[in-house]
Amino acid sequence: MSEKVLMKGNEAFAEAVIRGGVRFYFGYPITPQSEIPEFMSRELPKWGGKFLQAESELGAINMAYGCGAAGGNGFISSSSPGIALMQEGMSFLCSAEVPVVLLNASRGGPGIGSIQPGQADYNQVTRGGGNGDYKMPVFAPASIQEAIDILYDAPALADQWRNPVMVLVDGLMGQMMEPVLMPEPKKPLESADIPTVKPWAISGSEKGTRSVVKSLRLQPEVLEEHVEHLFEKYGRMEKELVRVETENVENAEVVFVAFGTMARLVKEAMEILESQGVKAGMIRPISLWPYPYEAFDKIGKNCKAVISAELSMGQMVQDVKLGVEGRWPVRLIHRVGGMLPTSLDIVEKTRKILEEVR
Amino acid sequence: MKAVFKQTQGMLPVSTSYCPGCTHGVAHRIIMETLDEMGLLGKAIGVAPIGCSVVAHQFMNVDMCESAHGRAPAVATAIRRVHPDRIVYTYQGDGDLASIGMAEIVHAAARGEKFSTFFINNGIYGMTGGQMAPTTLIGQRATTCVDGRTREQAGMPLKICELLATLDGPAYIERVALNSPAHIRKAKKAVRRAFEIQQEGKGFTFVELLSTCPTNWGLTPPKAMEWLEENMIPYYPLGVFREPEVK
Repeated sequence: MSEKVLMKGNEAFAEAVIRGGVRFYFGYPITPQSEIPEFMSRELPKWGGKFLQAESELGAINMAYGCGAAGGNGFISSSSPGIALMQEGMSFLCSAEVPVVLLNASRGGPGIGSIQPGQADYNQVTRGGGNGDYKMPVFAPASIQEAIDILYDAPALADQWRNPVMVLVDGLMGQMMEPVLMPEPKKPLESADIPTVKPWAISGSEKGTRSVVKSLRLQPEVLEEHVEHLFEKYGRMEKELVRVETENVENAEVVFVAFGTMARLVKEAMEILESQGVKAGMIRPISLWPYPYEAFDKIGKNCKAVISAELSMGQMVQDVKLGVEGRWPVRLIHRVGGMLPTSLDIVEKTRKILEEVR
Repeated sequence: MKAVFKQTQGMLPVSTSYCPGCTHGVAHRIIMETLDEMGLLGKAIGVAPIGCSVVAHQFMNVDMCESAHGRAPAVATAIRRVHPDRIVYTYQGDGDLASIGMAEIVHAAARGEKFSTFFINNGIYGMTGGQMAPTTLIGQRATTCVDGRTREQAGMPLKICELLATLDGPAYIERVALNSPAHIRKAKKAVRRAFEIQQEGKGFTFVELLSTCPTNWGLTPPKAMEWLEENMIPYYPLGVFREPEVK
């Protein structure tokens, strides 16, 4: 294990995914993640990998599809409007069961919006922004180290499930610097080993059986059977991939639910509330899909309100309500447009909510 | 008894889903026969488009994938990077390549990607039922221009070989036709040339195959062959638009 180094988020994300085995990157510049393609163009060839700047996000996601279909370990990154352009490809990748790792450094929306941090892509990434019934695991780290650990494991996870895996960060995490530990590099998959390691991949390798990677199923009964197969897989993911951190939820008077950057701000607010005599707890979903609904069962009887804290007009709050199942009042604290609340803002709004529900 | 003809191993022993008289079958066969004759069937990876030939993988006996509408060149770009020693090709129609997929084909050609594209130009959207394509000729009828395409309403048809030939990236560009035995023999030679240049690592190779769509043109198969000769070839002249430089 190497020593701790100070790294900028975007560069740390890129290095972590390379150390996790990625050898192909396809990207298109978009703020606030453009350091990732810049880093990849400079560093990936040193690892024996290949970088290509695509003509568009449509090009990038379809290159990722071709790479994954051919058995390569690919990575693409973008930000909200770019991720929106890639949604057709994500539906395609899920249907064809092609693995790839995606990173969304989300920013303010809708439309071109702003380049400041946002979490209003929650519905897009957890509900499927593309067409049809499909799911993909989405992980939302709250520190650069946590992002590194997730991205390091993500290529193997995508391969294991033959499914895209998304990591959702925001512009703030991409731009900030933190001391981090980089894990030891994994042995990458060589092209020559693809026919044996991934016999389903299109490798033109005279392996005796022909591989076809596809998503078209014109016969309704065949498509229905395929979608049932996908959902049997998603059902197993729901059991195996839930990741969550909980803090003081058993005794808390108020329980926050927050992820990513917002979870960091809530954590500060919780300390202030504690100093004022308000017991506060937090459920921090790390996997946004599958969502940690069961974590809400740990909330104790002292709870007066569950507060979803989000950088959106309230998207995750729908999942919070599903987790709460009517047991406690659910409220929302939010800012949008790239604005962040201060920890004091959160404290003030929380105290108002507590007065209201008491 | 001496065998005088043997079906290529490149085509799977099944009936195609294409309409009677459609030249997709001819295009498929000359591509797959060529790969077979060059001993490349086990080394080839094909990318199917959206359109009638989305199901090409049901007939072409090589590793294949489907691609989203127009994106086959992006998909092939990545496949070639994962497997640099294989033969990679895309098979795309005019709606797929010349309309929605224009960015992908232009950029793949400009980058000089080392795969081959076979462009089926029949001047109409086949699978969706005969709508106007970017290559529909002026005066040609389609379900979205029932009185015939006009310059005023829909602009001019795209000449893709000529357009790509303005780029420095491509190594080989040729337009052929599939409407007569002589033209088909020439087309097969162009397909072979494309694969040979790809094998030599010289860059992007592109063959446009003027094709028929009797069903959506509202013509019998023989009449469709004549219509292609009389109307398409004058606007889309056959010939080589780019050859690799001889060193």
